[in-house]
Amino acid sequence: MKSTGLRLIAAALFSQPLFASAADSPAQGLNLHAIGMFLLFVSITLLITWWAARQTRSASDFYTAGGGISGWQNGLAIAGDYMSASTLLGLSSMVFAKGYDGFIYMTGFFIGWPILTFLMAERLRNLGRYTFADIVSFRLDQRRIRMLAACGSLTVVCCYLLLQMVGAGQLVKLLFGLDYTLAVMVVGLLMLVYVLFGGMLATTWVQISKAVLLLVGGTLLMLLALAPFGFSLETLANRAVQSHADGWSIMGPGSMLANPLNVASMALGLVFGLAGLPHILMRFFTVPNAREARKSVFYASGFIGYFFLVVCVLGFAAIVIVGTDPQYFVDGKLGGPLLGGSNMVAMHLAKAVGGNLFLGFLCAVAFATILAVVAGLTLAGASAISHDLYATVIKRGTASEAQEMRVSRIAVVILGLLAMALGILFEQVNIAFLVGLTFGIAASANFPVLFMAMYWKGLTTRGAIYGGLTGLFSALALVILSPTVWVTVLGHPQAIFPYDHPALFSMPLTFAVIVLVSRLDRSTRAGQDREGFDDQLVRAQTGVGIATASNH
Amino acid sequence: MNSKIDPPVEHYRRIRENPRYIALARARSRLTWRLSILVLAGYFLFMGVAAVRPDLLHLPLYQGSHLSLGIPLATLLIVIAWLLTAWYVHRANTHFDRLSASIVKESQA
Repeated sequence: MKSTGLRLIAAALFSQPLFASAADSPAQGLNLHAIGMFLLFVSITLLITWWAARQTRSASDFYTAGGGISGWQNGLAIAGDYMSASTLLGLSSMVFAKGYDGFIYMTGFFIGWPILTFLMAERLRNLGRYTFADIVSFRLDQRRIRMLAACGSLTVVCCYLLLQMVGAGQLVKLLFGLDYTLAVMVVGLLMLVYVLFGGMLATTWVQISKAVLLLVGGTLLMLLALAPFGFSLETLANRAVQSHADGWSIMGPGSMLANPLNVASMALGLVFGLAGLPHILMRFFTVPNAREARKSVFYASGFIGYFFLVVCVLGFAAIVIVGTDPQYFVDGKLGGPLLGGSNMVAMHLAKAVGGNLFLGFLCAVAFATILAVVAGLTLAGASAISHDLYATVIKRGTASEAQEMRVSRIAVVILGLLAMALGILFEQVNIAFLVGLTFGIAASANFPVLFMAMYWKGLTTRGAIYGGLTGLFSALALVILSPTVWVTVLGHPQAIFPYDHPALFSMPLTFAVIVLVSRLDRSTRAGQDREGFDDQLVRAQTGVGIATASNH
Repeated sequence: MNSKIDPPVEHYRRIRENPRYIALARARSRLTWRLSILVLAGYFLFMGVAAVRPDLLHLPLYQGSHLSLGIPLATLLIVIAWLLTAWYVHRANTHFDRLSASIVKESQA
């Protein structure tokens, strides 16, 4: 039970398709309201792309929107990157099923943001330009470090893309009544258009539009759902306790903490994995300076915190409104499986309080959300290929800007096609393990290397390489040995590693290897690496020498 | 980076040797580490209570309430963490940035 709960929420919040039961229930008929609203959203975003394409000329425009996004806009875009469709669906379902446990999880998903603000935001902006590898390789050996960083970025991007694509296909099949393959193709092709023509500027504005829609949609739904309770949380709680099968126990910590180590490992992975996600890190380079970078995380964490709280209220309201209405249950059996799968709580609530039109609106928002996240991921992956691998590793810094741009566009197409192909291929595979893997690698490979490059003078190239590879492979190995892969996918009776999330073990291991190898490193390169730190620190603190924004 | 300009080496050296820069770096790092530890400690304390004494979070908010104490506590954790970011961002964007700008200017050749 506990591990199902864990997987439910981890999966749900990070777009793992949890619509297992959707496969059993027949696809609903075409949902015309939803498709209409979605087409409206698509036309608006295509207009944005057309406008952005006319402004996107240089590599800097393509990767970072010329660094001309304001803190407020970027805050919305970052929030958009973090609030996936499944935050709305998964978190509300978690509260619906388990009450207060959903709250406890939600705090873990939030708490990484203040840390990111305090320790990383200004240094990211002051040291980076297009990718986070810029920061790590600032004083270390460019070629080796960028190769490592690109491996980390691409692994995270590919896993996350696959999760999103399969999630998109299943969600759209369910909500819109479209065919799975068709849904994956639509998402892939639209994303290609945004990124290929509009670059970061279009991607950012698509993300902003979606974030606004999601915030407005969530707030409206909350107000509509609170109206029957006279907007009183006390009345809502009273009715929820009466309606839920578990009664008063939904208001306190429940079964999820039966396995605290797994929870700790997951929390660690989520808190620090956040600071290792390439598409989130890339957002810090779209603002003109550290001042705007700080502002953008402040706004972003405000929106995210607010949205999480709204979604928790939705979960409690759904306990009363959806949980007592037989029409939302399979065969009308209260307490049995929900129609469309356990993740459909927010959608049923929308239908119950706002009718079919509002349901259509919310479906369109969910689809738009996936589209925007996929676009941001692809751009992050493409910049790792063109800026880190092609321009520095292969061409050793001799590539012209035009060449680099061409390679990044080719990379976008390849990543897009790959995402579509894998999305279609993996339709029937249980890919829950990708959640642990994505955040495990982000927290154990990308984050420690990035963090030590920013904060520890003693870090050397060799230390970063050995540490980064340790993180990459230990996270991979632990996920393969974990229950989600060893038992669920490979069919062994007993998992060798008992936890779904590797971060509690692989992250400290990475830090240990980084420190140990760096300390023992006596090479000439190591001397240069350590020497470069003081200048790097001046730039990190003052921003002297950073690339300035181009005008839009 | 393929279009890297030479870093302003001399300027960096002068900034580095400026005692006001050293004070700024120290003050900022003290503040950011304290805030981070505060937020993480708050979070892990909350998780610890949830794991060890779940009944404390399960107490009614007030006599006869159907809301539990844990709900406002979790909400407060988020709101306070966010207010701390607000305070840091304000402080960094006014005080620290002003200081740093004046140090940069002062250290120019």
